[in-house]
Amino acid sequence: MSPPAGERPELSILEAIREALFEEMGRDERVMVLGMDVGRLGGVFRVTRGLMERYGPDRVVDTPLAEASIVGASLGLAIGGMVPVAEIQFLGFTHQAFHQIGPQLARYRFRSRGRFNAQVTIRAPFGGGVRTPEFHPDAIEAQFSQAPGVKVVCPAFPDDAKGLLLEAIRDPDPVLYLEPQRLYRSIRGPVPAGDHTVPFGSSRLVRDGKDVVLIAWSAAVHLCLAAADQLALDGVEAAVLDLRSIVPLDVEGLVAAVQKSGKAVVVHEAPLTGGFGAEVIATIQQEAFGSLDAPIRRVAARDTPYPPGSLEDHYLPSVRRIVAAARETVAY
Amino acid sequence: MLDVEGRISGSSPMSRGQVLEALRLMLLSRAVDDRLIKLQRMGRVGVYGPVHGQEAAVIGSAMALDPQRDWMVPASREHPAMLRHGLPLKNMFATYMGNFEAAAIPDGVRLLPRQQSIGAQLPHAAGLAWALKLRQVRGVVAVYFGEGASSEGDFHEASNLAGVMRVPLVMLLINNHYAISTPASRQSAAPSLARRAEGYGFPGFEVDGNDLLAVYATTLEAVNRALAGEGPTLIECRTYRMGFHNTSDNPKEYREPSEVAEAERRDPIERVRRYATAEGLWSTEQEATTMDEIRAEIDAAQAQVEELPRPGAASIFKHVYASLSPRLEQQRAEAIDEST
Repeated sequence: MSPPAGERPELSILEAIREALFEEMGRDERVMVLGMDVGRLGGVFRVTRGLMERYGPDRVVDTPLAEASIVGASLGLAIGGMVPVAEIQFLGFTHQAFHQIGPQLARYRFRSRGRFNAQVTIRAPFGGGVRTPEFHPDAIEAQFSQAPGVKVVCPAFPDDAKGLLLEAIRDPDPVLYLEPQRLYRSIRGPVPAGDHTVPFGSSRLVRDGKDVVLIAWSAAVHLCLAAADQLALDGVEAAVLDLRSIVPLDVEGLVAAVQKSGKAVVVHEAPLTGGFGAEVIATIQQEAFGSLDAPIRRVAARDTPYPPGSLEDHYLPSVRRIVAAARETVAY
Repeated sequence: MLDVEGRISGSSPMSRGQVLEALRLMLLSRAVDDRLIKLQRMGRVGVYGPVHGQEAAVIGSAMALDPQRDWMVPASREHPAMLRHGLPLKNMFATYMGNFEAAAIPDGVRLLPRQQSIGAQLPHAAGLAWALKLRQVRGVVAVYFGEGASSEGDFHEASNLAGVMRVPLVMLLINNHYAISTPASRQSAAPSLARRAEGYGFPGFEVDGNDLLAVYATTLEAVNRALAGEGPTLIECRTYRMGFHNTSDNPKEYREPSEVAEAERRDPIERVRRYATAEGLWSTEQEATTMDEIRAEIDAAQAQVEELPRPGAASIFKHVYASLSPRLEQQRAEAIDEST
């Protein structure tokens, strides 16, 4: 369906990210994009398609296949006055760069006592549901919450995809920007034209409801929305809270959302044990214990290595599991 | 260029003034080693890794850089190079005396902080050199690392990227033959680490790292190549760690006295001293005067650090991010509360 004349068409998440990159590279000539296959090909998902033609091969750079040096060189580029937006082809491949993210990029401002900051954005798609081989879907975001100095943001909607990316590129500190690959093209929505930023540490109540709140980030937000639709058929009103960033965490927004119903379910694509859901729940019990009416449940991936794509439905959180957890929580 | 007797072959690439500057830095470096080891034994310094034996490699290379134009990316045993590049001696003492606020690199000094994660500075240096190239800023980046670091993946990734992007980078591999107790022969089966450069598409040179003039001349050539847009150079400075890895190490447990005696015969400072004396640039009287000046400088630096307030609880929350999240604000308040 085409939009009415004069109205801006809705964008997919992928298009919103691309728009943010185009606009910011036009606004600030220090901004450059680097990574594997980001130039001529436009990235394996085509997120950066057209950027090289527009801004040239010095600012949109196909790098060697080496994640640690993509991140490490980005730190050096930032010290040298550039504003790098590095793409790591899939978040699971940041394992190959982990020592350059947590111990280096994240700590450089601290180590240099403020002499050098690392204005670096790392974009990385992640998440399951599209039958990719292992590493491609790994949801290892919680690992970076243990690396003070870096911020971790995870949009679930096209407007937030643009707003959080512009915020990330302009942030004087390093930001890991996680892209929900299963939603790249499947979700469309209105996106403000031109400058649009979303502050980090501000969650978004994407659906209101009085019986229970489903808390998630990135693609799992949409599982929660589908679960809320199903619960509504039984008369259960589920709210859905999208954290949008896990570092910094919007403690205030989280507490407010939980206090409304006193009941919560946390959903994430990472394995259960030590997932960021544990941090969310620990925060709720400390800050909102008095308002809780039921134990908080977690719906997460299984504590196994990522299975082959053909088996991932047994591994990942699903709408069915979220609905079941929410029903038990409401009935408690 | 300088043999162990201090005899020169050919003409000196360094001016008389540069030779004197280098000799003074070498003497300062060894005096700093002595003082910090002494302070460590007194419990006033945590851990210290001396430069002892590597002075020619570190200072000869630093002398080929222009601190107003070039960047230096150190590992962790290049203090005299950092001093020459503009780090005040007081800040260096603060590093080891546990005052990280006072240790910070002053604005305007083109120097990155010491790196304790072996080899991790190499991709940073490649990126920084890449930025100079992209922004068309005239200058080079000199990065220090050891033969141990050359076994790390970061060495490979940084060298490869630097070659592909043809960045103005001078890679100074200070082969001091020991990574704590592990000898260079266990780092690589290759007889020359310099020759690895060929695999990355740029030149590599091996140089006697105890020969101040040879290190200087080789580095200068690499700097000029980089400035001319010809890309990176790898220089393997073959030297010897005459002292311990750091103050918690006992090298007698893993190396023979004869090996150390041979290294002492090849002492990099003694060569320059003999050369400068033969050239009429140096005398025992001048050395005595210089050593008095150096000791006074060191005393002053140490005293300045001792007089500074110790950083407190609040300092660990500074510079984590540009601004603190509410959660960090809360932790900061708790930590300050607890400490008062």
